Amino acid sequence: MRGVSWRAAAIAIVIVVSAFYLIPPEERINLGLDLQGGIHLVLEVQSEKAVESKMSRYFTELRNRLSLDDIRTRTFKRDELRLTVTLHRPGDRGRFLSMMQNYPDLTLEREEGTPPTFAYFLSSQQVERTKEQAIIQALETIRNRIDQFGVREPTLQRQGERRIIIQLPGVEDPSRAKSLIGKTALLEFKMVDNQANVASALERGRSPEGLQLLYEVSRDRQTGEVIERTPLLVKREAALTGDNLTDARVEIGDRFNQSYVAIAFDSVGADAFDRLTAANVGRRLAIVLDGVIYSAPVIQERISQGRAQITGSFTLEEATDLAIALRAGALPAPVEVLEERNVGPSLGADSVRQGLISIIVGFVLVLMFMGIYYKLSGAVAIMALLFNLLILMGALGFFGATLTLPGIAGIVLTVGMAVDANVLIFERIREELRLGKTIRSAIESGYGKAFLTILDANITTLIAALVLLQFGTGPIKGFAVTLSIGIVASMFTAIFVTRFVYDFFLYRTDVRSLSI
Amino acid sequence: MEIIRPDASYDIIGKTKLFVGISTVVVLLSVLLLMTKGINYGIDFTGGTLVQVQFKEAKPIGDVRSAVGGLSLGDTVIQNFGSEGEFLIRVEKSSGDIEGVESVVKTALIKEFGKEAFEMRRTEMVGPKVGADLRQKALSSMLFALIGILIYISFRFQFRQAIASVVALLHDVIITLGVFSLSGKEFTLPIVAAVLTIIGYSLNDTIVVFDRIRENTRASRRAELSGLVNKSINQTLSRTLLTSGTTLVAVLAFLILGGDIISDVAFALAVGIVAGTYSSIYVASPILLAWPEQARRGSRSKKSSTAKA
Repeated sequence: MRGVSWRAAAIAIVIVVSAFYLIPPEERINLGLDLQGGIHLVLEVQSEKAVESKMSRYFTELRNRLSLDDIRTRTFKRDELRLTVTLHRPGDRGRFLSMMQNYPDLTLEREEGTPPTFAYFLSSQQVERTKEQAIIQALETIRNRIDQFGVREPTLQRQGERRIIIQLPGVEDPSRAKSLIGKTALLEFKMVDNQANVASALERGRSPEGLQLLYEVSRDRQTGEVIERTPLLVKREAALTGDNLTDARVEIGDRFNQSYVAIAFDSVGADAFDRLTAANVGRRLAIVLDGVIYSAPVIQERISQGRAQITGSFTLEEATDLAIALRAGALPAPVEVLEERNVGPSLGADSVRQGLISIIVGFVLVLMFMGIYYKLSGAVAIMALLFNLLILMGALGFFGATLTLPGIAGIVLTVGMAVDANVLIFERIREELRLGKTIRSAIESGYGKAFLTILDANITTLIAALVLLQFGTGPIKGFAVTLSIGIVASMFTAIFVTRFVYDFFLYRTDVRSLSI
Repeated sequence: MEIIRPDASYDIIGKTKLFVGISTVVVLLSVLLLMTKGINYGIDFTGGTLVQVQFKEAKPIGDVRSAVGGLSLGDTVIQNFGSEGEFLIRVEKSSGDIEGVESVVKTALIKEFGKEAFEMRRTEMVGPKVGADLRQKALSSMLFALIGILIYISFRFQFRQAIASVVALLHDVIITLGVFSLSGKEFTLPIVAAVLTIIGYSLNDTIVVFDRIRENTRASRRAELSGLVNKSINQTLSRTLLTSGTTLVAVLAFLILGGDIISDVAFALAVGIVAGTYSSIYVASPILLAWPEQARRGSRSKKSSTAKA
């Protein structure tokens, strides 16, 4: 029979290529987080908050510029995404407008009256751009934090408009990793207003104009439980933020062995801090992180070296993570954890072991089944099945696909289903033999007649698997991947390879009976 | 070896009423169960938190319950999972902030048993937004799979074969869901994958029979269709049983040995395989025959005329 040698070559190539991409398996096969242990997070960046804080930043900045340039205003207020300014002197109009040219993001909505009132707003284009930037920046910042935290092979991926998927294999303390990643780490320095009446603000549930009510929280350093919450009224607008930091590191205090975070400002920050402390000696400055006051020390003296300490009741671990977060910078907007899955390493190892055992047992059972039922031909089918598994694993290595626990289920299912093509063929061959055909022509028409059936039957399963591939998240995708590859590989091994085996023997030897 | 003798000729079509009757009853019971008892959706779809803890030593479930029960977290289910001393704590509707549930549970367990007494082996938290998303995706994926398959079969066969096979697979899916509802097992994301696989598998079986019917119809155009269908089912019977057998054996191995996390998937697959085998033998083909004789003749004569042309 012709064509035996090129087919032998094709099969040999497939074996070699599969083996090449499979060996060594520990390096070639990516295990999913459910098998190797690790944490999977889906975050949503609340990008609308970035827009809000951008407006608030413009507001503070403009106010400073106005006073520096000596442009006096009657009213200057912010209402969501709108700024309204009424000048005090009509003659300042020109200077004001030229100053506003530095803020091209703000669109002039209207100008009316004398002295003139200007209304500016953030255009929807600007809003969209700010949101987009917030997400890109959040990705960047989180990547920085993870790098500094030290995780081997993390993956960060943007999903859809504003979601981020993070996978951290082999993390031992998932809650610590989560809090480091999810922390906004917005550091603000706000002056405490000692004159304002905290009690009445609490009672009315509203703070006086320009102030806000925040809590100074102290925790038990062993259990992390909140011991005390002290309300304080602070200025709504921050005097200084963490944007101007150059460094942050953990240090241990001499006296109480208490850890704190030492921060250093850049020159702009150092300048501002210098002015701030000089003007406010004797008053309290609140150090606010993500809306919670860590401490509110009294300013003892002017600080001009651009260095400060953040003290508070935190553990060494928390201080370390805070320093990492401050170094990597604040997230441009808070993130919400939408989904979190984590698997401990021992459970993952258990799953791998159990998965392997069930694949082997399933395989042996199918082997016995086929051997008893089809004898030598059954052995041919089993060989094809082994070959199928080799291709399947090689393809996983080749595509860099991830093997998950449901993926193992897909392999087990493949073990059961892949022999189907051979069963179809063998049943046909038996029928043909019963009709009195010769072995050669029985095999010929057995394969021929079964082929279209096999194709039709496999394509429907493949359609379901491909839909799953589109839809699935991590682990489920793994199932779809192994199932799809298994089906496609079975078309090759169960039809092409087994046919080759028959042809090879029929060609070489004078076969009188077929063991089927 | 043979399980079905080659000359076997079971009268399957003749007993259509009986077999379809059995199916109808089981499907109706399943629908009834689904409507009354419903499906026990897991946190993938409802949103919530799941914590799997393993204690170093066996612990009565009451101890865990009293440690976690008083936290007023919301709807909390605590169950034994796998080995002794291993538990699944599930908080379905968090009363407070869902992000904090996991650490609250952990703190409570540390307080009660000490830090070294247990290991948190697995935690899962699905926010309500994601739950709704996943529900949506699961439904649309099933719909897309159905449509895709319907198109393929209409293209390869005829529309009535497509309808018959879709009826058969709905039969399998409904029964699988019914058994799931009966068992009270949790319906999670991997179960959706199992259901989709059942859809594919159910068709696989059905198509092999349909393929044979088509072949036999071509060979003897004059013969009565019901006889041809019966013959085709018999001819493919040993293949159907054998393939289902090997698949079931592999899936059962997984059900028993694969570990608790994935065993529900294997369970769903096993039920689906049994239902799928039944439906491809006893349900799909009779539905083909239920098509009005007129339409059948029409389509067949049309087919032969195009063949001549």
